[in-house]
Amino acid sequence: MLQISCPYCGVRDEEEFRFGGESHVTRPALDVDDRVWADYLFNRINPKGIAYERWLHSYGCGRWFNVARDTVTHEILAVYLMGAAKPQLSEVTPAREAQPKRVRTSEGSLS
Amino acid sequence: MSRSGAHRVEKGGQLDRARKVSFTFNGRALVGHVGDTLASALLANGISVVSRSFKYHRPRGIFSAGVEEPNALLRVEIDGLAVPLVRATLQPLVEGMVVTSENCFPSVDFDLGRIFDRVHGLLPAGFYNKTFKWPNWHTYEDAVRRMAGLGTLPTGDDKTSFFRHHLRCDVLVVGAGIAGLAAALEASRAGAQVALIEQDGELGGRALHERVQVEGRTAKSWIDAAVSELARAPRVRILKRTLVAGYYDHNVLTALDLSDKEHPDGSVQRFWIIRAREVVLATGAIEQPLVFAHNDRPGIMLAGAMRTYLNRYGVAAGRRAVIATNNDDAYRTAFDLHDAGIEVAAVVDARTNAARNIEEGIQQRGIKVLRSSMVVDTRGSTTLKAVAVDELANDGRSLGANRVWIPCDALAVSSGWNPTVHLYSQAGGKVRYDSSLACILPDNCRQRVRIVGAANAEFAVSSAIASGTHAGREAAAESRPVPRDAGREHRSETNGIRAVRRAPQASAARQWVDLLHDVTTSDIELAVRENFVAVEHLKRYTTNGMAVDQGKTSNLNALAVLSDLTGRGIETLGTTTYRPQFMPVTFGAIAGGATGDLYVPPRHMPAHRWHVRHGAQLDDYGGWKRPACYLRGAETREAAINREVQAVRTALGLFEGSPLGKIEVRGPDAARFLHRIYMNNVTSLQPGKVRYGLMLNENGIVIDDGVFACLSPEHYLVSTTGANAERIAGWLEEWHQCEWPDLDLVLMPVTTQWAVLTLAGAAARTLLQQLPGDIDFSAAAFPHMNYREGQLAGRRARVQRVSFTGELSYEISVPANEAEAFWDELMQRGAQLGIAPIGLEAWLVLRLEKGFLHVGSDTDGTTNPLDLGFGAMVQKKAGDFVGRRSLLRTADQETSRRQFVGLEPVEAGASLVAGAHVISTSPKRSQGFVTSAAFSPTLGRSIGLGLLERGHARIDEIVTVFDEGRTLQARVVKPAFFDPAGERMNG
Repeated sequence: MLQISCPYCGVRDEEEFRFGGESHVTRPALDVDDRVWADYLFNRINPKGIAYERWLHSYGCGRWFNVARDTVTHEILAVYLMGAAKPQLSEVTPAREAQPKRVRTSEGSLS
Repeated sequence: MSRSGAHRVEKGGQLDRARKVSFTFNGRALVGHVGDTLASALLANGISVVSRSFKYHRPRGIFSAGVEEPNALLRVEIDGLAVPLVRATLQPLVEGMVVTSENCFPSVDFDLGRIFDRVHGLLPAGFYNKTFKWPNWHTYEDAVRRMAGLGTLPTGDDKTSFFRHHLRCDVLVVGAGIAGLAAALEASRAGAQVALIEQDGELGGRALHERVQVEGRTAKSWIDAAVSELARAPRVRILKRTLVAGYYDHNVLTALDLSDKEHPDGSVQRFWIIRAREVVLATGAIEQPLVFAHNDRPGIMLAGAMRTYLNRYGVAAGRRAVIATNNDDAYRTAFDLHDAGIEVAAVVDARTNAARNIEEGIQQRGIKVLRSSMVVDTRGSTTLKAVAVDELANDGRSLGANRVWIPCDALAVSSGWNPTVHLYSQAGGKVRYDSSLACILPDNCRQRVRIVGAANAEFAVSSAIASGTHAGREAAAESRPVPRDAGREHRSETNGIRAVRRAPQASAARQWVDLLHDVTTSDIELAVRENFVAVEHLKRYTTNGMAVDQGKTSNLNALAVLSDLTGRGIETLGTTTYRPQFMPVTFGAIAGGATGDLYVPPRHMPAHRWHVRHGAQLDDYGGWKRPACYLRGAETREAAINREVQAVRTALGLFEGSPLGKIEVRGPDAARFLHRIYMNNVTSLQPGKVRYGLMLNENGIVIDDGVFACLSPEHYLVSTTGANAERIAGWLEEWHQCEWPDLDLVLMPVTTQWAVLTLAGAAARTLLQQLPGDIDFSAAAFPHMNYREGQLAGRRARVQRVSFTGELSYEISVPANEAEAFWDELMQRGAQLGIAPIGLEAWLVLRLEKGFLHVGSDTDGTTNPLDLGFGAMVQKKAGDFVGRRSLLRTADQETSRRQFVGLEPVEAGASLVAGAHVISTSPKRSQGFVTSAAFSPTLGRSIGLGLLERGHARIDEIVTVFDEGRTLQARVVKPAFFDPAGERMNG
């Protein structure tokens, strides 16, 4: 069970939170083509290493915020507000365990 | 009397010999002492066979003295509560306990299942996957399932009182052996808040079972001093008889209290969830057996366990013992037995010589040692009679020609101690096989964990103290754990092990690897022949290590056999992954108090008490206890539903719809926000007006429907279906906070603040006009799809003129705490108008007659608004909304999709059933299904709604409906069976 520091309430157990998937996904306009729309709907980075994701303090303040988490070690590297820019972080996962970063290939690339 | 049982030695052990404990085993009355485990008491009474094996039903005896026990898993009944598969080795003896063997019929001594042993050649690994194939597995499943499996489930409710507790600490020490005690002492001295958890009822670990000196004192006096210091320390908490079974992310561990006694809070078993800043694992090691022919007979026991029974419980495992070993440690058993006056027939050592101090001990005692030899076979059935010993060639792979049989009734076996790295591995730690120490070692872990003592292959007492002390100090200082090979410098004693674990096979006689699952070396050979050579494949193919003991005495030997067969070193094979739980944990303990109504607390509506007083049949609807219908006299449920439907159609009904979701949206951008959420136009809605709206997800799928009202240009009231009230509130928050935080608005769910009482029927207006208040209910002043608020019968009220039933209808919201009084008033004043309370079942029939959609019943995870016939509404909508782009995809616009239609049976009197499929005959397949169906009392026939391929273009077509083997013909119609023009609700 993770321990997450809510930026509004402080350190709490994971069971107070809800996971909301990858953050920093931009919602395309209505006139994009099907490929870009499908990329927005379905394709996520799913990295082995640092993931930027959004969490909700559902049994606390009810606020959404962002978390940078190492998906190998489950270490939480940063917590930052919704709308704030991605923090620049160095990989915590040892290089021998990390795989090459996969980057989205379509025009809707968000990485 | 100082002795209970023929195998109890005259003195020694840490028992209370003055206090006796009576119990029964398979009906026999036996006596043990306070301080005994069930296993030690059985051994003391000379019980050699305690169970029958899983597959071959062979007689088995007690094999170990700890958590690793593969044989003595017994059914134990205490105070009327029977628990299956209890480890006799961990279970303290309790007065009056009733113990029975599992997996045998009619008895453990005479078991008919032993036939499987005679035909074992027919039952190799994977035999039933290969055998029970024709015509299919299900033909045999029932019989096999009854024969397979271990233990019998208790019947009835579990009366045990389970509690869940939470614990937080700076330093958690798991295991209170010498290393763990040293760590806890040092962390405590440094001022840390310490929790020390031990599975045994006593602190001291292995030292309780050994004749050892600790820092120049007896083990007992060292332990006593440590325990008394910890007991005085203000920030130390000690949990005994508590087993840490799970290690999760961010240093959360779970533990199960194994005690049978009631705690002061009334709980018997406690489940602990522990969050520790730092963890020190002092989990010890588990001795591994040797592999040779017929190594599963009763009387064969781990060497360390045999010492445990002697030194701690005063029990001799036999009268004449042989010790088989490949290391120095097992000589302790030979010496302890000899010194206690028990005959040691021989030590059979796979090596040429032992350490110097051991050799001295052998000399002094005159013990016979057979060197470069192994036990290769045994004789006996319910007891051990003799063991065969042969010389081992230098390469360890072949035998000499001088097989010697040695009579004995006990055989101690040891192939060295393997660190208990289960929790370390669960924590995400990597483990590896070390060929010089011939055991599995912890390697590195990203969590804040340190592993010390025997668990880190630091077997000597001095090493355990040094590594424990070091870890305790470092943990208290919050220094980052050194990830790799922490404490390597403390590993001094290797026990001189020679990594020969399996005797060369001289005959076809079976050599057991996994006692609990009856896996033999020939099963592993078969797996290798069929190329299941990866450890994870080997495990699943042979089921080695998959039983309830999780291979604690078999995994390493399976690797050794695999290594022999493939010629690959064990260190290259890898290990299987250890996962929670370390030992089985009852579901009841994990659930704790959260069962029944405390698991999902039932929700009662504001006028609940009135409903209960008036014959309401309460059912669960989305977590709410709601009246399905109200029974009058001896009326059936069906009759009540029909009567209630007719009351609404002919007079007046009153329905409580309080669970209906209510969310207020306020702010300058409220309309703009809702316009992006709803499929429908929002910005054009005028104050005082109500509109029906659909919410989609981004995939264009309908997730909810309801009405929304404009209270003022910056104030809207959103209604959701009852089941989705919380979900939609969260959904709106997510869109606002994450996607459009620039929009200036506030969302406020008010679902439970307001009770909703709905009047439906032609007389509704008449009744409301009789109530004092300032709302004009005249048809001209308050038309359909309008909102008014004001005073009504002395209460603040919000009234929406909307209809779910097709009748003239008003949804009246009043403060929740006034609901019951208002309901009562409406019932009294409405009596002369024929008012009746209406349950949810009639309510759903009324909406079905009207053909109104019920999201979640008439839609599924594939239904978009075009399928429902809302294409024109989408066309009229200006601007983007959630899900709109998805509706532009070709696939979303296909006319071949399942579309929303009405269905009517062609034959009079036939009835539709929800869930029935509409089928085409050639090819024979489903084209859709009935989503709602009921008998309409108003129309006098069965009607239904459904999703049907190309449904909108098939109105008036006759289709075949299939349900549980029967078919009927139905006509496809538009989904509006009653008053399609809507004259009644608009009137």
